[in-house]
Amino acid sequence: MASETGIGASVKRKEDARFITGAGNYTDDINAAGQTYAVFVRSPYPRAKINGVDTAAAAATDGVVAVFTGADLAADEIGDLPCGWLVKSKDGSDMVAPPHPPIATQAVNYVGEPYAVVIGETLEAAKNGAEAVDADFEELPAVVDLATAASADQIHESVPNNQAYDWELGDKAATDAAFDNADHVATVDIVNNRLIPNAIEPRAALGEYDAAAGTYTLHTTSQNPHLERLVLAAFVNVAPEARLRVISPDVGGGFGSKIFVYAEETAVIWAAGKVRRPVKWRAERSESFLADCHGRDHVTTAQLALAQDGKFLGLRVKTKANMGAYLSTFASSVPTYLYGTLMAGQYTTPAIYVEVQSLYTNTAPVDAYRGAGRPEATYVVERCVETAAREMSIDPAEIRRRNFIQPGDFPYDTPVALTYDTGDYEASLDKALEHIDYAGFGARRAASESAGRKRGIGFSCYIEACGLAPSQVAISLGAGVGLFEVGEVRVDVTGSVTVVTGSHSHGQSHETTFAQIISDKLGVPFENVTVLHGDTGRSDYALGTYGSRSLAVGGSAIISATDKIIAKGKKIAAHILEAQEDQMEFADGTFTVVDSNQSITFPEVAFAAYVPQNYPLEELEPGLSEKAFYDPPNFTYPAGAHICEVEVDPDTGVVDIVDFVAVDDFGHVVNPMIVEGQVHGGLAQGIGQALLEHGVYDDTGQLLSGSYMDYTMPRADDLPSFTVDTTVTPCTHNPLGVKGCGEAGAIGSTAAVMNAVTDALGVASVPMPATPETVWRAARGE
Amino acid sequence: MEQAGESRIAQPRDRVWRALNDPEVLSRCLDGCKSMTRVGDGEYEAEVGAKVGPVKATFKAAISLNDVVEPESYRLDVEVKGGAAGFAKGSALVNLEEVAGDDGDETLLTYQINGNIGGKLAQIGSRLVDAAARKMAARFFERIKVDFDTA
Repeated sequence: MASETGIGASVKRKEDARFITGAGNYTDDINAAGQTYAVFVRSPYPRAKINGVDTAAAAATDGVVAVFTGADLAADEIGDLPCGWLVKSKDGSDMVAPPHPPIATQAVNYVGEPYAVVIGETLEAAKNGAEAVDADFEELPAVVDLATAASADQIHESVPNNQAYDWELGDKAATDAAFDNADHVATVDIVNNRLIPNAIEPRAALGEYDAAAGTYTLHTTSQNPHLERLVLAAFVNVAPEARLRVISPDVGGGFGSKIFVYAEETAVIWAAGKVRRPVKWRAERSESFLADCHGRDHVTTAQLALAQDGKFLGLRVKTKANMGAYLSTFASSVPTYLYGTLMAGQYTTPAIYVEVQSLYTNTAPVDAYRGAGRPEATYVVERCVETAAREMSIDPAEIRRRNFIQPGDFPYDTPVALTYDTGDYEASLDKALEHIDYAGFGARRAASESAGRKRGIGFSCYIEACGLAPSQVAISLGAGVGLFEVGEVRVDVTGSVTVVTGSHSHGQSHETTFAQIISDKLGVPFENVTVLHGDTGRSDYALGTYGSRSLAVGGSAIISATDKIIAKGKKIAAHILEAQEDQMEFADGTFTVVDSNQSITFPEVAFAAYVPQNYPLEELEPGLSEKAFYDPPNFTYPAGAHICEVEVDPDTGVVDIVDFVAVDDFGHVVNPMIVEGQVHGGLAQGIGQALLEHGVYDDTGQLLSGSYMDYTMPRADDLPSFTVDTTVTPCTHNPLGVKGCGEAGAIGSTAAVMNAVTDALGVASVPMPATPETVWRAARGE
Repeated sequence: MEQAGESRIAQPRDRVWRALNDPEVLSRCLDGCKSMTRVGDGEYEAEVGAKVGPVKATFKAAISLNDVVEPESYRLDVEVKGGAAGFAKGSALVNLEEVAGDDGDETLLTYQINGNIGGKLAQIGSRLVDAAARKMAARFFERIKVDFDTA
């Protein structure tokens, strides 16, 4: 049923009225009476021993309320910031994580690490106080280069060789054997460039302490307030969960960077209790560059073994992953369970072996960023495939076709631990080839050539795994949390509906999509559905939003709760209509006795539930409000074909993306307009990584790309008008048959762009980002 | 950061040398210098207001003269702390050569500077700091020259 507001309709977003009129309610918009302001004092050194921090002058500064150092937090037994996923090394040993105090105590290990926080009556007073903090640092040589980090100076006393872990996945012997039997081996050396997230709203926090009740309330820019509360309560020891409420109001973008529990909100909520006044902090953009977790940053060598006919026999991947100075909340899982597990791609490669060594450096911590591991995996696989195709003179579309897992092969067990439930990869590729007019490429290339330009085409047939699952498997692999989601459907007395979800929307449009689901399933008018999210005081414990899970996992929880509502509604309706419960049908908002004209509407049933006059109270509780926890049995596996066509000006090195086609299989789609928007955003970020964005530290450990003067974000004029289309193989294991769409654009596009650029230049590789200078040099064979 | 330059001063070398060792002269000639105090033999502390791109701050500098070969050369080691603005450190090799001028002895001053920066200075000002430092050094040695005429 596709009503104007139901599942499948491109309903305009409920959120936009407030966002485009400036009426959004972001953390920094919220002010509390008597509020003070926090300013963090940050290390200018990438690595230094702290001999002492003199706060006397800062404390004496006009308008300064308090100055705290790491020692003050330690004295209050405020704990370290933990990493929530225990990865084990090849030898079975646990990963090694250094202590990570929220405010540095003994040493600072990256530029921007806070070593004191000043609380002021005004922001200006706090800034003046911060200027007056005098620290005695003893500079130490910084470890910056990932490739040599294992043999460099040891950063943390407790971490030999600067190594977090040395992990493996797959069958080494079988993979070696595949290479022994190969007719051709394609090798790629890849640097996956470091990215800095740059959500449009910087991180912020407002901490409040209610001395009378002994409770804390933290408003902050979190993608998952329950996780924030759990960590602050159980690990950091701010307060027990029951006395700590975490609220994420409107949040302006996260892309993963707001999943993590950071030093700043930790210090803010603790400080609110110390100074007995509300404490507000909002990052300046410069702080975001320094202290938000960065993304990607891998160095990889990969080899694909092939038979004469282009069939893939084996894949070998060896990666060094940069963790930065400390292990952030989920950092350890990104280059392992979200990376190594994706190396089969869309292909039947029978033997795969992946090794990942994660290393510490004196740089900002690195953690999940849109795609988290899967863009890196796609880049490895799709660069290998494209390289093999060129080296063996096989058409790049054809070589993929020869190796695709076929629709009849599902469920398909890959050699790297995943079971794909469904897919039709050739369908997406065919559609994409048609959109890009692959047949006409030769003529277009010739036309460019005669105009002095080099045209190239690049493919990326990506797969990703999202809606991380199931809880028991993940926990057995080291996850410290479950992976379910909670959904609550509260039917109001008059039949309108309030949905409370544990998922959080910071651009994903839950308020619209979830309302569409409810409207569709319960027949309630779309405008009569309100979606609440982002508040530990409103919803049960849940995991929040990351890894494209909101609809597949959070939406499934809502469906489960809705099923319970319908089941209870049938009982109530059967009683009122004097029929048997199993004779009741529910459709389009009406309960009907089968094969009769007896019916009762959903609002009438709701009213009866809350005003239980004609109601079976002896066997049924009053009220119509249900809740469900949904634990997904498997990941969902969105997949698609991205094709990029570029023109390169060999004289300037400027890359012009002349066409970009993305055909994605997200299963069933609830709101095509919103999905298209998600794809557009993901493509912009993936293309940004390929051509523009680069987080760079100099060899002494100073961040050089620390502002928009030096860090290039993609802008509209860097991007073409995208052609976005879908194919549909419904997910087999969730009630809506949906997959995730939030990260796919960023996962698939980067490899397609780089394959196109290398194709245009006729070179084996071009480093990312393919800036004009890089491309110009590559074009000259430098 | 590395740079070098020279300045020809129409004064005898020992006079130039004395000027380069006089905190008052140094203070007068250094752009934005708010104070310069001798704190020991060949050791100075200075406060300098400077602006590099969008980073504007008062920097506290600890200066020490090393490898002094009177009246020919010294190495000026500088450590600059700008609080939230970051830090800079570096050294300048200053060499004075006696040259014959039309109206008597003159001095050819040459300098080589190298150093590095950190914190906000590097984060926001890295692409600007070379130019800013070059300008500051050039103005300093130009003013030294002029200072003899006005002192």
